[in-house]
Amino acid sequence: MIVEPRIQVQSQDFDLQSEIDTVTAGRKNIGAVVTFSGLCRDEHGALSALELEHYPGMAEAEMRRIAEIAIERFSLLGLTAVHRYGKIMPGENIVLVVAAAPHRQAAFDGASFMMDFLKTSAPFWKKEHAADGTARDWVAAKDADDTARDKWR
Amino acid sequence: MSTKLVYFAWVRERIGKPEEEITVPADVVTVRDLLNHLKSLGEEYENALQYPEVIRVAIDQEHVEHSEKIAGAREIGIFPPMTGG
Repeated sequence: MIVEPRIQVQSQDFDLQSEIDTVTAGRKNIGAVVTFSGLCRDEHGALSALELEHYPGMAEAEMRRIAEIAIERFSLLGLTAVHRYGKIMPGENIVLVVAAAPHRQAAFDGASFMMDFLKTSAPFWKKEHAADGTARDWVAAKDADDTARDKWR
Repeated sequence: MSTKLVYFAWVRERIGKPEEEITVPADVVTVRDLLNHLKSLGEEYENALQYPEVIRVAIDQEHVEHSEKIAGAREIGIFPPMTGG
């Protein structure tokens, strides 16, 4: 059976429960669903928002490419990845991954793999907006994210 | 050869435009050659591409290495390391 990932790049928010329901609806072979959601932090009051820029077309294509590898590698029964763009306020959602499998380890690994590769290869960039109105800069890429990705090799 | 270039994040801000069509000189063969050529086009390009080793490039919306040949590319994306998620 071929499992097609569900990939969404959108400005609007997403709903965790309805995304889980979309993966599990009518299925009786799923024993584990892992969800990861990433939210915008205010960095102890320093930030008023994050601005998310993306490469339209390539962002979806790259997320789909990673998702297809994850489905194959962990024999997932469902995989959804949603990433928002535009201005996102502290406390709001940025990214969602829903991974479904017969057992928990594959679901945990699938979600983790998806996030580790999404962070380092899906074309999205974050710019910080300061709470005091002063200009802040683009978020720098972290070596720790490359390390997290490389552990899957 | 005429190619569409698209820029993102601080590369876009420093160059001062989101995209442009350029005519690629015949001696520009690889991605590395292209980045060096762009650096010669003016201060804003020099500023954006000062450290070419950190710049990421996609040809027709797929990641490529700097050694990749650009012949036949319809669209070349030039951007900083990604920080999504």
